[in-house]
Amino acid sequence: MSAREQAPAARLHIDWTRCDARGSCIELLAGRLVADEWGYPSAPGMNAAEQSDVPLRADELDAGRDAVELCPRLALTLRAPRS
Amino acid sequence: MSEVLWAIGRTSGIVSLILFTASIVLGILTRRGRPLPGLPRFGVVMVHRSVSLLAAVFLVLHVVTLLGDSYAKLNLVDVIVPFLGSFQPFWQGLGTVAFDLVLAVIITSLLRHRIGDRAFRFVHWFVYALWPVAVLHSIGNGTDGSSPGFVLLVAACSIAVVSAVIWRFSARSTPPPTAGRPSSDPRLVQNRPGRSAR
Repeated sequence: MSAREQAPAARLHIDWTRCDARGSCIELLAGRLVADEWGYPSAPGMNAAEQSDVPLRADELDAGRDAVELCPRLALTLRAPRS
Repeated sequence: MSEVLWAIGRTSGIVSLILFTASIVLGILTRRGRPLPGLPRFGVVMVHRSVSLLAAVFLVLHVVTLLGDSYAKLNLVDVIVPFLGSFQPFWQGLGTVAFDLVLAVIITSLLRHRIGDRAFRFVHWFVYALWPVAVLHSIGNGTDGSSPGFVLLVAACSIAVVSAVIWRFSARSTPPPTAGRPSSDPRLVQNRPGRSAR
């Protein structure tokens, strides 16, 4: 089920200068993101670079778009997958 | 026909006031950044948006049905430029001021991703000025402005907004604290590139 098994469809870029741990993205991408101990999004099993550019599967794209749209701090953007 | 439009104009104004009241309370709950019972955080944001847009729909209905009303004699200039009306220009002008501010708030909300968070927030602050202006307009200009039922409704809406605003500016409403987050924690620096640059 991990993104490593399928080619990721997009990357969810998190701008940490804007992120304020509001947690909407964690609710919307419940299988991908969890809250760290301060409430910030964290992608379990991902390496350091992927913590800021979280790979998303095709079936997670809709939730990813909602997360970008609804982030109260405008901290999220969708980017093309790393080739 | 004119009677029907007048009735719709009054009713939609009242509905719009109720919905804007709900929208402000929901906006303050959105800012809190915590889930409500049965509603996740993103759900609070979505309900706030939907109620605000619905309020705007009733506001447009309120203005459009009173265009050409035989009493209000509202014209297209009065919709945008305040205090030029022929019937109670001051009280009608307050409605125009509120309408213009609603337009600004909605446009900046829809373009939030283009104009950035700072401009969006700046314009959103005007909501706190807009709502009392709209209430004064409803009391001063409204046909039912001084009827007991309407006074009761305005009192209920005012209690809702005033208590939400007091709560919003009290310490307990603040979003989940970030000040206490130890940004110099070595674990963060190691595992979270970029975060330490906050």
